[in-house]
Amino acid sequence: MRGILTATVTSLLTIPAAAGDATVSIDIPRLNVAEYHRPYVAFWIESKDGSKISNLAVWYDTKQKANEGTKWLKDMRQWWRRTGQELTLPMDGLSSPTRQPGTHQFKLDAGAKPLNELSPGDYTLIVEAAREVGGRELLRIPFQWPPKAAQVLEARGEHEISGISLSLAP
Amino acid sequence: MTTFIKRAALVVAATALFAGTANAHRTWLLPSATVLSGKDTWVTVDAAVSNDLFYFEHNPLQLDNLSILAPDGTPVTAENISKGRYRSTFDFKLDQPGTYKVMVVNKGVFGSFKVDGQQRRVRSTAEKIAQDIPPNATDVRITETNGRIETFVTSGKSNDKALIQTKSGLELEPVTHPNNLVAGEKATFRLTLDGAPAANVDVEIVPGGIRYRDKLGDTKVKTDESGTFTVTWPTPGMYWMNASVQDDKSAIQGARRRASYTTTVEVLPP
Repeated sequence: MRGILTATVTSLLTIPAAAGDATVSIDIPRLNVAEYHRPYVAFWIESKDGSKISNLAVWYDTKQKANEGTKWLKDMRQWWRRTGQELTLPMDGLSSPTRQPGTHQFKLDAGAKPLNELSPGDYTLIVEAAREVGGRELLRIPFQWPPKAAQVLEARGEHEISGISLSLAP
Repeated sequence: MTTFIKRAALVVAATALFAGTANAHRTWLLPSATVLSGKDTWVTVDAAVSNDLFYFEHNPLQLDNLSILAPDGTPVTAENISKGRYRSTFDFKLDQPGTYKVMVVNKGVFGSFKVDGQQRRVRSTAEKIAQDIPPNATDVRITETNGRIETFVTSGKSNDKALIQTKSGLELEPVTHPNNLVAGEKATFRLTLDGAPAANVDVEIVPGGIRYRDKLGDTKVKTDESGTFTVTWPTPGMYWMNASVQDDKSAIQGARRRASYTTTVEVLPP
């Protein structure tokens, strides 16, 4: 299993960021399990002291009838206690369906929320994934905003997330 | 000593009731979950009296005095109540977002005395205890008990309306919200007795799961002058917390008062 995860992380390094943008990328591993469910994933940014929290994206099972997929949001337990419990999902621009194994990315525009609300300082990108009848993993990437130079920061996971990367351009 | 009105017969031997309030066993409520998301969620609660936590091996907890408070402070009806050999069980629905408080509050007045050389026990109420003890009784001891067993469950965003204190007996005022507990973090709670700070009271904290380890792993902490105590949770899991006080502050003349507080809280991993 570990061999598969390390092989796919290298693909994250080749994503460049356009000026002023930040690009978040995640590699969801293909797991050989009897009952596989696509993971719930939450992406958010916290200021260093934890006082400012900005939600970026929440992937959950939006297709269940009567929004029953929300029952498992609390399994992303750090996200839930920091910010998730205060939100009502689905939320336009924030929530979307779960993704298949593979690499997925999304861009954040420096001129739009939440980046344009970040005062200069130290932040952490946090990504938490929880899989039904599976495990849970949380990864963090500390970064400075605004970035002084173009950089690609990464964090590697061990079981539920192969890795995440944050591509920044000043 | 107060004079007692003579009353024929009707002295109820209540040895079994004394055993229910004995210190040898632990009483507890155990919810199926304490942090929930989504709508129309349900929680099942087990209630038992046992030695080891959180194993059902002795008696079910009596649910006569069960009550549940919703996040808006209104009462919630427990459903599917059943009593088994070793545990009682009930369900309740979480219709609103917020924090629910589940309580079993047992209040009683117990008298023990000697009549004609025979040791007798009686269970009564504050109003009737004087009548329930014969005038020729000796070695009369009256104890007023107030035992509170609680647990907390939150659906969605937590709030504190249901955490309101009744200012009667021993109660826990959460400074840290009881459904926001994480291993490795410090939590702060405050004990009150009849609404006033319960200072210098020993609180025992025991993690569940003793079956799978050698040491009990219990902690004893004393509340400070303001009734406050803190605990840094070593591992995730369910924890049992208990405190009790004995004093002469019963409303019944000449009686001792025994108040206890017990709660089960869930500590999640970081």
